Amino acid sequence: MNKLTIVVSEKKPKTIFEKIWDSHVVKHAAGYPDALFIDRHFIHEVTSPQAFDGLKKRGLQVFNTKRTTATADHNVPTKDQHLPIKEALSRHQVETLRKNCKEFGVELYDLGHPFQGIVHIIGPELGLTLPGMTIVCGDSHTSTHGAFGNIAFGIGTSEVEQVLATQCILQYKPKTMKIEISGKLGKGVVSKDIILYIISKISASGATGFFVEYAGDAIRNLSMEARMTICNMSIEMGARGGLIAPDETTFDYIKGRKFAPQGEVFNRAVSEWKKLATDEGAVYDQVLKFDAADIGPMITYGTNPGMGMKVTDRIPTTAEMKEISEQTSFTKSLEYMGVEAGSKLLGKAIDYVFIGSCTNARIEDLREVASMVKGKKKANNVEVWVVPGSKQVQEQAKKEGLDKIFEAAGFELRDPGCSACLGMNEDKIPAGKYCISTSNRNFEGRQGPKSRTFLASPLSAAAAAITGKVTDVRELL
Amino acid sequence: MSKDKFTILKSTGVPIPAENIDTDQIIPARFLKATTREGFGDNLFRDWRYDSDNKPVKDFALNNPTYTGKILVAGKNFGCGSSREHAAWAIYDYGFRVVVSSFFADIFKNNALNNAVLPVVVSDSFLKNLLDTIQKNPSTDVTVDLQNQIISYGTQSQKFEINAYKRECLINGYDDIDYLLSLNKEIREFDLAH
Repeated sequence: MNKLTIVVSEKKPKTIFEKIWDSHVVKHAAGYPDALFIDRHFIHEVTSPQAFDGLKKRGLQVFNTKRTTATADHNVPTKDQHLPIKEALSRHQVETLRKNCKEFGVELYDLGHPFQGIVHIIGPELGLTLPGMTIVCGDSHTSTHGAFGNIAFGIGTSEVEQVLATQCILQYKPKTMKIEISGKLGKGVVSKDIILYIISKISASGATGFFVEYAGDAIRNLSMEARMTICNMSIEMGARGGLIAPDETTFDYIKGRKFAPQGEVFNRAVSEWKKLATDEGAVYDQVLKFDAADIGPMITYGTNPGMGMKVTDRIPTTAEMKEISEQTSFTKSLEYMGVEAGSKLLGKAIDYVFIGSCTNARIEDLREVASMVKGKKKANNVEVWVVPGSKQVQEQAKKEGLDKIFEAAGFELRDPGCSACLGMNEDKIPAGKYCISTSNRNFEGRQGPKSRTFLASPLSAAAAAITGKVTDVRELL
Repeated sequence: MSKDKFTILKSTGVPIPAENIDTDQIIPARFLKATTREGFGDNLFRDWRYDSDNKPVKDFALNNPTYTGKILVAGKNFGCGSSREHAAWAIYDYGFRVVVSSFFADIFKNNALNNAVLPVVVSDSFLKNLLDTIQKNPSTDVTVDLQNQIISYGTQSQKFEINAYKRECLINGYDDIDYLLSLNKEIREFDLAH
């Protein structure tokens, strides 16, 4: 599986996306979608049971068990994870995953396993996610892995079944888009702000049909974990996925990880990975450029991730919406959120702070939050949940004493899982309550029926936890 | 899973004009705990259909008895967000076979096509007129002809795009696994070389 054959054409200049795609096409036939080989497949308890059922009905086996890794994350409790799951349906779903993995011979990082965690957090931390690969998972935030310079995207359960059965997926090649961010980020501005800013500029459907490559010095200067946050939210502008060409930052991160190539094999891999970068003169279907200096700490005010603004800005007015149909959706959204068109959110009281999800629950995120709250206490009106992205992140946080900082601040450090990002387990924001969340979606009811979500960076969320209201983080720095 | 065959559908439509309808609205996460594909229709648009006391919300289209039929007509960017195929299963289970919109999110579109639900992309103006017409006259019949890729009602009609492979799959009830399994030898060789 570590044989590296990245075929680089001598003739036509190619983008990194085209190089990886073209080297994974098993069959290209006129009139048919490409049969694309999948190097790495991640599965979890929610979107896999019906796929395994499909295999059983057809009498098929898993094509290559070494290429699929399972974990339990979406529907697991984040309190007392060592005890049996109380809720019957959730318990049954996790037990079904166990049964299926055992029957079909798939490696499972189950609750209690030192490698368990959110699927998009454990892949990179275990070195399962590598440059040049094709990676899929029955989860739209699979785009996270693209930070390592690979083609990673979310798929439905019928497609999970295809990959289990054949290690391939049928796909039409999407169009390519380059998003370039140049310049220096301002004080208090982090990678979450970059991606919220981009989505606010191009809308929740602005990249539908495209695969995005993020480039520019502002992206190059980010750590691997910060890059993952950007790629993670590619789907929130409709993109099939998003990637960043690998560089020394990428190779340093991968080196020595559990399942990454080791020693001489690693060195050879790096020289192959270096060939992945987009060739000079390669053409994208669309190119967008933004100036890093224009980005501020961001917050969303509405019910899709495109409805975002700088935290110091005013919510748009209805008159600023061009179409009547847009005006109707906009008004409905603000009504749901209980906010006024044309007003500012700064100073608005909040009820919950959620630090977690595949977007922002890695160790750097927790360190960022801890640096902001060290020696401080949360406001009385807020409840704060810190849900680490994986068992390894949780252990590392304890090792560094972050748990003590959170405890002293009145934050609750929980067990790993997707938690209040999607409110599948009991971690739900109550109806009508406001939550500043480091997750990725502010859809109606996403964090619980009638819950109201403001998306923001871990730094901004930590600031809000201390003040109890929507805050410009720069005032606390 | 072998699927229903789709050729021509003539039916009345159900209008939900909202834009950016995400899959969390179509089927909220708390209803994703089942391990089979059936039964999700009961919770289709759950939080728009029922209030917090589980009483039907009167003015929501699915609760309005004047709106019936197998065609859902919705605002642009339908199916954005989560990749959950449960959204397509819920739409199918409820009884819809076609969703008409001016724009679909990619993953939802694939999921729908893999579950015998046809996404029909029409122009913004065609969509607006169709929504208006159904709202004024809920008994309007809409015809979706997959072979000829034409959607029509009254005197209006429009050609819609769908790739030829997926059209053949829907017309014949094939699915992608049938095709991929036929490539088994090539895939084995590819796997060994990587």
